[in-house]
Amino acid sequence: MQQSKHNGQAPSIRVTNLKKQFTLHNQGSIEIPVFESLNLEVAPGECVVFVGDSGIGKSTLMRTIYGNYLASGGCVEVQHDGAYVDITKASPHMVAAVRRRSMGYVSQFLRVIPRISTIDLVIEPLLGNGVDPEEAKSRAVSLLRSLRLPEALWSLPPATFSGGEQQRVNIARSFIREYPVLLLDEPTASLDATNRETVVALIKAALDKGAAMIGIFHDQDVRDAVATRHFDVSSFKMDMESAA
Amino acid sequence: MTMTAHQETIDQADQPLLRVRNLSKHYGMITGCRDVSFEMRPGEVLGIVGESGSGKTTLLNCLSGRLPPSQGRVEFNASRHGLVDIYDLSEPDRRRMQREDWGFVHQNPRDGLRMRVSGGANVAEPLMNLGRRHYGDMRQASLDWLNRVELDLSRIDDKPRTYSGGMQQRVQIARNLIHAPRLVFMDEPTGGLDVSVQARLLDLMRELVRDLGLAAILVTHDMAVARLMADRLMVMKSGAVVETGLTDQVLDDPQHPYTQLLVSSVLQI
Amino acid sequence: MNAQANDAALTATSNSPERYYTYGYLDEQTKRMIRRAILKAVAIPGYQVPFGSREMPVPYGWGTGGIQLTAAIIGPDDVYKCIDQGADDTTNAVSIRRFFAKVADVATTEDTAEATIIQSRHRIPEHPLKDGQIMVFQVPQPEPLRGLEPREMETRAMHAYEEYGLQYVSLYENVSAFGRIAATAGYPVMVDERYLMSPSPIPKFDNPKLHNSHALMLFGAGREKRIYAIPPHTTVRSLDFEDYPFETQKWEESCALCAADDSYLDEVVLDDQGQRMFVCSDSHYCSDRRAQGFRGPMAGHELVDIDKGAGQ
Ligand SMILES: [Zn+2]
Repeated sequence: MQQSKHNGQAPSIRVTNLKKQFTLHNQGSIEIPVFESLNLEVAPGECVVFVGDSGIGKSTLMRTIYGNYLASGGCVEVQHDGAYVDITKASPHMVAAVRRRSMGYVSQFLRVIPRISTIDLVIEPLLGNGVDPEEAKSRAVSLLRSLRLPEALWSLPPATFSGGEQQRVNIARSFIREYPVLLLDEPTASLDATNRETVVALIKAALDKGAAMIGIFHDQDVRDAVATRHFDVSSFKMDMESAA
Repeated sequence: MTMTAHQETIDQADQPLLRVRNLSKHYGMITGCRDVSFEMRPGEVLGIVGESGSGKTTLLNCLSGRLPPSQGRVEFNASRHGLVDIYDLSEPDRRRMQREDWGFVHQNPRDGLRMRVSGGANVAEPLMNLGRRHYGDMRQASLDWLNRVELDLSRIDDKPRTYSGGMQQRVQIARNLIHAPRLVFMDEPTGGLDVSVQARLLDLMRELVRDLGLAAILVTHDMAVARLMADRLMVMKSGAVVETGLTDQVLDDPQHPYTQLLVSSVLQI
Repeated sequence: MNAQANDAALTATSNSPERYYTYGYLDEQTKRMIRRAILKAVAIPGYQVPFGSREMPVPYGWGTGGIQLTAAIIGPDDVYKCIDQGADDTTNAVSIRRFFAKVADVATTEDTAEATIIQSRHRIPEHPLKDGQIMVFQVPQPEPLRGLEPREMETRAMHAYEEYGLQYVSLYENVSAFGRIAATAGYPVMVDERYLMSPSPIPKFDNPKLHNSHALMLFGAGREKRIYAIPPHTTVRSLDFEDYPFETQKWEESCALCAADDSYLDEVVLDDQGQRMFVCSDSHYCSDRRAQGFRGPMAGHELVDIDKGAGQ
């Protein structure tokens, strides 16, 4: 397990008493409980890795923190511009601003946007934050190089790329901007060992700079390499009875 | 001094582009839409989704100055007036505001184009409406825009009726963006097109919206269109807004039974 | 307007048994209604005033709007001139002139300077107009925007709110298609920098004559039931682009009969071999110049003689 050099700083993420259940209205209003009374803090420089059996709600928790899923109770506070924003109650404008500037999300899958070249896709998060296009481009080039994506692909839209190639574009896109908070949902799933190591290096560099991270990693080596702490989601599992 | 300047910057950013409060429209006993309130920021794309009869078209007409609401306010941050209820403006002021600050892309290009004049003139007309009087400059602007919407430039002087549906829609989009509007309304802009044409047009629209930092209100019954284009969604049913939120949240974790039905019926396709 | 002052004095004549129609053909009620419309039109230069157009003894398209205007303003002291495409002697012009000679007991003339009322289809005489004269135009389509915007409600709103971008669309189309503003007749103008107006199908050659004219210009559209006006000394500007300024027609030739190089010329084909010549469209202007001794290359030949010569 890694040690953070940023101990003692206020947490970047503060999850309090969080609860999530799904209600399927069109299937007899079935309630699907996921977790409840969940508390979690992640400080700068920490990489908290979610553990627990598959289907236990690791991904659901991560999506709820990101605001992709709506919390059923409790709050998720994220450091944004020097103050906490409660993602569960903030306006959509505010959540969008937090995502744009403070909290990144790397999923297993690249949302492919037709017709946009790889390089443009990678620099998009920077341009959205007003970085000079030339500066953005040079950062993208060095990232794509370090991820060993063949240069011939850079000017092509990634729609026809292999899973591993798309994944690397996705990682470049997420690490080009140094998000203070980064959520990693199986970012190394379809990568070979060499590229996995590159991603581990990127993660470690970001942690050194004080990023707060939450990760879900299928791969034991990656998990061991980056985790500063494990967090077992199954211990907050909601009973069927308490799902109201 | 610096405090004041900083404060102003913040105020500018916080100033909504559009602020709608308790808007209702009744047709006699029938409700078109009821008690709709929301705000939009510059550069934001708002999707209004729902099935036909959900009130989304009535709402669009009220928002775009075409249909005075029965109750409520539609406040727009107009370049000449600041934040003002568009129905408080005199008719000439409102029409000028619409010419200067807005665009409106109709589902049927025939409703948004002059079929008797060339594609190029259709695109240049908004500039003439704003008082531009240099032919060469307007011709160039028209060419630039037709190029931007990827229309074969050799067709610039042809009448729109000789164009395909997809080309007509491209011309309509160029016509509604050439004057750099602050807000564009889009009513099922890809609705009448073949699926393959639709996909290409959507890509183009997404690029333009992103490149121009355009604020848009997009009315659609198509969840795929909503996902690709909109930052935020408003789901309407029976004239009322039943759910709002960031697009990915509404589509990935819908809360209202109606939204769940809409989203699941997409998945079944 | 002479007519108003003269009406009272004319009552006896109008009701005398010899006359089976009211003075000036129209009944007094109708004339009053038209005069009211004219006053409003003069008060709002270029604005199209609706009026209750009456059935006239000629079909629409033969100048019913112009005839009603003339009938409403004419009095026995007036001297009336009527031209069709610049000519005093076409069937149409002659019939309308005879009509007013009969129903209004007026003197008629072909001399522009002498006339007090000049009714015209498609021309403004070359001889400069003077204070007190009235031009009456026959208008087929009063709405300059109609060709581009078929909805009456919308064109009315455009006039009300001075939204004239659409008119430039037609000029734009012209330049795109022909490389210049090719429109030659009915060329739109801004009156008093407020109302967009169609000057009736006069050639754009005549447009500058509308600007700051000494004469009152009245326009009547019978079928469309609209009257509009340009009062004397009003600013009238022909629309154009900064890079395609308004220009009138020009001819390399001068009039074959009177050598005029400042008048609007008609092309006359002389024979099947394509021989042609250019002559003044304003027939009185041409004959007047010839009477003053101006001579063009074909001077001395009447058109009839030339026709004969060509036939041999
Ligand atoms: Zn002559």
